[in-house]
Amino acid sequence: MKIAYYPGCTLKAHGKNFEESALCSLKELGIEVFEIPRWNCCGTVFSLAADDVIHHIAPLRNLIRAQEAGFNSVVTLCAMCYNTLKRSKSRFDENLDIREKIQRFMDEEKIQLNGSFKILHYLEFLRDEIKFENLTRQVVKPLKGLKVANYYGCLLVRPKEIGFDDMENPTIMDNLIDGLGAKAIDFPYKTECCGAYQTVDKPQVVILRTAQILKAAQERGADVVAVSCPLCAFNLDYRQKDVRQAEGDFKLIPVLYFTQLMAIALGCPETSLRFDLHEVDPRPILKEKGLI
Amino acid sequence: MRINLSQKKIRDSFVEKVQQLSGQNLLVCYQCGKCSAGCPAVAEMDILPNQVIRFAQLGLKEELLNCRAIWACASCLTCNVRCPKGIKIAEVMEAIRQILLRQRLDHVDINKIPPEKRKEFPAIALISNFRKFTS
Repeated sequence: MKIAYYPGCTLKAHGKNFEESALCSLKELGIEVFEIPRWNCCGTVFSLAADDVIHHIAPLRNLIRAQEAGFNSVVTLCAMCYNTLKRSKSRFDENLDIREKIQRFMDEEKIQLNGSFKILHYLEFLRDEIKFENLTRQVVKPLKGLKVANYYGCLLVRPKEIGFDDMENPTIMDNLIDGLGAKAIDFPYKTECCGAYQTVDKPQVVILRTAQILKAAQERGADVVAVSCPLCAFNLDYRQKDVRQAEGDFKLIPVLYFTQLMAIALGCPETSLRFDLHEVDPRPILKEKGLI
Repeated sequence: MRINLSQKKIRDSFVEKVQQLSGQNLLVCYQCGKCSAGCPAVAEMDILPNQVIRFAQLGLKEELLNCRAIWACASCLTCNVRCPKGIKIAEVMEAIRQILLRQRLDHVDINKIPPEKRKEFPAIALISNFRKFTS
């Protein structure tokens, strides 16, 4: 099987641990990955203003690049890219005025985007195309004894027409993690916003939310928190040092991408996990559990 | 809080502008408060999300354009998916922000973020922040 892959900006820098672990897991699953050529930033956020059409162009161009290369779907890892690509495509499909306006603006493009072109998140691809039971069969190092609180955040599950799981009680990551041999820990903050981009100008807000989210996970016995969004990862991981400063007795907890856990279970080398990019080092707990 | 209501305010073009930019019919809201009950940002807000809608219905332009609430919203969409009337509250917040941003009244100035802090942020944080808070 061969898939078209859209990385997005952060996965090429701060989120290298997300990309490299995901690519290694795909290799272990025997899937060929084609990174779409000339991809550009999706804009990170879907425009909520009704008259703002220009910001749909950047995400749509990425889809055209994939379609030009012969694909009718694209797989992405970042929750924000996923949301933006998918919502722009829906807006383009559903609103004739907007579609015509965009097509006129992009008249230098040689092809027109198919209505049936699909945007898939890697989690969705694993559940629906690979199937979790097949993935479990390929596990060489079950994540035995590791308790994982799965944090879904906002844009993977909301709004309803975009998400591929229940908005209030998503379980897709829990099912994946259980399939890898770890124990998924349910916790009430799993879809509560971490503060997202407020981290740039109002860090104190994100520090409070990070503390709330992580403490809820710890109270339920989690060893680590798993995420699918590089912005959630940054806030939950890097803001812990600020939480520590505010509350001396705050216990640090490693934050990992679900793909890193997959990579461990599928037998990828430690170099693909890029632990050097973490603020809170996940190695001690993973060593304690005999996973690295 | 003392609020002055008037026909003039209610019929002001501001109300129409908010409806246009958000694509929402403000009068659909019956003030159940579910948006505010589930909003993770209310602690940072001076006007709660349901009040933002009420103020917008009533054309309380100055109160809305000067409130902290619109900048505390991170568009997490919890309100949108829980509204029993299907109103997209996050879109209304965006509309009010846009009215200011389109006059180049930025909420964030990159020059005020220390360079050593700027380096720490991943691209995703900076791009989304500037998309939402600058013109």
